[in-house]
Amino acid sequence: MDILGGLLLVAGSIFLLLGGLGLVRMPDVFNRIQAGTKATTLGTLLSLAGFACLQPDWALKLFLIGLFVLFTNPLSSQVLARAAHRSGSRMSALTSVDALAKDRDEPTGKPL
Amino acid sequence: MDSEHRASPPTPIAGTLLLFATLLFFWVLLNGSLARDVLVVGVVASALIAIFFRSHLAWFSELRLTPKALLTTVAYIFYYLKELVSSNLNVAAIVLSPELPVKPGIVKVRTKLKNPMGRMLLCNSITLTPGTLTVEMDGEWLYIHWISVHSPDIEQATADIVAGFERYLEVMYG
Repeated sequence: MDILGGLLLVAGSIFLLLGGLGLVRMPDVFNRIQAGTKATTLGTLLSLAGFACLQPDWALKLFLIGLFVLFTNPLSSQVLARAAHRSGSRMSALTSVDALAKDRDEPTGKPL
Repeated sequence: MDSEHRASPPTPIAGTLLLFATLLFFWVLLNGSLARDVLVVGVVASALIAIFFRSHLAWFSELRLTPKALLTTVAYIFYYLKELVSSNLNVAAIVLSPELPVKPGIVKVRTKLKNPMGRMLLCNSITLTPGTLTVEMDGEWLYIHWISVHSPDIEQATADIVAGFERYLEVMYG
């Protein structure tokens, strides 16, 4: 059980590390959010699972924390991304298409 | 999210009781104790929240409670976890490759889901699947930031991004 917990913790840390690396390497704010959201969600879940193996008494609470992370993490990323786009954050030159900006510039009668 | 499609709970009383029970359940789980003072605080707090915020937490009242919907919920959770892992491996591969192979863009997709809770779960799921992030939502239109755009075409993007989850959520929330 200790070994399994340790392995899970290491795996979780690796994903968190990759998430951090993604924040540095990605070209613009939206891509950074992508790297940040996904890697931290799985990294946190794996770490929590690791803790649960090391401290079985805490398993239930850790499971609840995991559940909340799973629900709130993507939501906060979406709101960040929306705020970034509304405030006109610069997008990477690699960006191929921006349907949202196009629809905003040519209103279809519906407020966005 | 727009509220025009919000289905009303069976009865207000049932909705309030369900919310109260849920809150109390979480409170007891988090405390890990059934001592009297803990329970009293939990009951008072849950009752207050259930009375004042009932109409804003439509989580259970809108989930269909048929056996098929419950089975689909389980299948959906497994599909979600699978996508979460593959999403992480995908981002890890991009971050680790020296030339950083991204071709980002924001595409527009359309969802068939009408229920606000179903749409919310869809957005969440999309955000945690490989290379996609929900940026904005306008009625049935979702604007998705895609880390490697395969095609800016609405139909094609909808099939690639939305269809997988929609299959499950359609049965769960309709």
